[in-house]
Amino acid sequence: MNNNKEKLLEIKNLKKHFKMDRNNYLKAVDDISFDIYKGETFGLVGESGCGKSTAGRTILRLYEATEGAVNFQGENVHAKKSKKDLKKFNRSMQMIFQDPYASLNPRMTVKDIIAEGMDIHGLVNNKKERTARVNELLETVGLNADHGNRYPHEFSGGQRQRIGIARALAVNPDFIVADEPISALDVSIQAQVVNLLKKLQRERGLTYLFIAHDLSMVKHISDRVGVMYLGNMAEVATSDDLYAEPLHPYTQALLSAIPISDPEVERTRERIIVEGDVPSPINPPSGCRFRTRCPMAMEICSKVVPEWQEHSKDHWVACHLYNDKYNEENKARQNLAKA
Amino acid sequence: MDKILKVNDLSVSFDTYGGEVKAVRGVTFDLDEKETLAIVGESGSGKSVTAQSIMRLIPMPPGKFASGSIEFNGENVIEKSEKQMEGIRGKEISMIFQDPMTSLNPTMTVGKQIAEGLIKHQNMSKKEAHHRGVELLKLVGIPNPEARIKQYPHEFSGGMRQRAMIAIALACNPKVLIADEPTTALDVTIQAQILDLMRDLQDQTGTSIILITHDLGVVANAAHRVAVMYGGKIVETGNVDEIFYNPKHPYTWGLLGSMPKLDSDSDEELQAIPGSPPDLADPPKGCPFAARCPYAMKVCEDHMPEYTELSKTQKTACWLLDERSPKVEPPESALVGGSKVNE
Repeated sequence: MNNNKEKLLEIKNLKKHFKMDRNNYLKAVDDISFDIYKGETFGLVGESGCGKSTAGRTILRLYEATEGAVNFQGENVHAKKSKKDLKKFNRSMQMIFQDPYASLNPRMTVKDIIAEGMDIHGLVNNKKERTARVNELLETVGLNADHGNRYPHEFSGGQRQRIGIARALAVNPDFIVADEPISALDVSIQAQVVNLLKKLQRERGLTYLFIAHDLSMVKHISDRVGVMYLGNMAEVATSDDLYAEPLHPYTQALLSAIPISDPEVERTRERIIVEGDVPSPINPPSGCRFRTRCPMAMEICSKVVPEWQEHSKDHWVACHLYNDKYNEENKARQNLAKA
Repeated sequence: MDKILKVNDLSVSFDTYGGEVKAVRGVTFDLDEKETLAIVGESGSGKSVTAQSIMRLIPMPPGKFASGSIEFNGENVIEKSEKQMEGIRGKEISMIFQDPMTSLNPTMTVGKQIAEGLIKHQNMSKKEAHHRGVELLKLVGIPNPEARIKQYPHEFSGGMRQRAMIAIALACNPKVLIADEPTTALDVTIQAQILDLMRDLQDQTGTSIILITHDLGVVANAAHRVAVMYGGKIVETGNVDEIFYNPKHPYTWGLLGSMPKLDSDSDEELQAIPGSPPDLADPPKGCPFAARCPYAMKVCEDHMPEYTELSKTQKTACWLLDERSPKVEPPESALVGGSKVNE
């Protein structure tokens, strides 16, 4: 898919800090950089509170960035712009939300919910066209035309998520942020929605930022995956690379913690259990933020923030274990870990 | 092994404005000593109602027991008075819930909440209960328990709260622990910690566990036996190897097929189960899964299949197992671990 890699989005040193009180800032997203290529699905994973949703929302400028830039097709989304310019961006970047119950206005019919974006952006000229377009969208996402006159409460969770997808598609976006779109759904329904998202991507050449905490689903849907921890990016790689050869100790722990639906595998495999909880993002640990829970932490980890470096082609990691300066020490440790 | 709990033909209904909702429709299972039984199913399949019935936590009305019995220690729980139930709840059978924030009392210290059961059921003094509380917090892996016991739930993280819940549930050494989606609200790394903890504690205390979950990964990790629920009925039950390596019910196939596998090729489509679960206000006459089942026959719509005993432990309710039905092989997507299935 990415033979002719064309950057659709460039996220550069993006920061989003929320002010808590006079002296304290919650550093939800703290200096992350990555690219998203045209037509790919970029998966963003991490535990709750790691900043993955904030990152997604800041990329769309639902939040104003504290620092850094998001370049969409070469233009900075966060540069000062008139309302008119912003509207153009809003049309090309859409979002699908986690909670299909809270993200649809209960007082609007499904038809009006889906058409709202088209009305705002003036994409349809008359009522007939509007209805035709809505019906087409409903069918695209696997619902019927007569569903348009109903209200959200008449639908199940999976159907509501389909309505949310239809709404996002209504304005013909290039890029969609899907923030945990399947977390609230049952397993058998999750697969339906994921298959629908993949089908739409094939047909329309969409680019997705897929935010989730379910690593097995992220592996399934993504071309590349970024792992976040406490506002930082720990590792970015193609999804096959990441699962075959995770570099960052946090990624390794995260992968080993996923329960696999095979009793024999579960009985025999060794887990890397990370101790304790995620520290507070208001006062994060010095140096590497994962060091307080890292089984491989070294002295240097508390002093120096690890550099964001390309370890092998397209495989980025921020960890001192892969810094040549500490190579001797780290080799010994890796051998120890293997044994 | 001795059966500690026997649920026989249990049916639970709720009266609503829309009519009677038959949430659980004739469920039969039992629980051995020191075993973990997982009840798997989607939301609305009746798994939580089944569990809450055992604890008699269903508000009545609108709920009611339409039929069946729940035998615990040879006595029918359904016939017990509310007063008698108070002697069982928390002492003999206890429960941990999905959301540790809403199931702990925010106005009481964690220590007080642990002591409550100890003082009531084991006639401990406040001081004894406090000491036991510290021990329990240590047992569930909470660091610095002497200080933690004086704190309120909001001062605990999600994983810590679930540990505290487990400490409360285990305070009186219950014979049965019902865990209703205990890790669903937690992150994967914390989930792994809690599952490990539950296994360790079972080894130490010998408690039987009923684990309610929708995550087959958790089932594979933690359960000895599995009951698969759909539309208020148990459609298949067996030990964990039978369910994963030799499933016979198309719904079990569907569940296994809709989970992405870490080693699979991402170009493959997930095997989604089309449609959505049945409306239990007006449950289907025949097999509840018939409307979504790719192998459904005419008979499935009209008649509920009987259980076919496939082994001492495995029972499946499906017309495909009737000798008059065509032979159907499970789809490839439902095969776990590949080679083992051919045995």
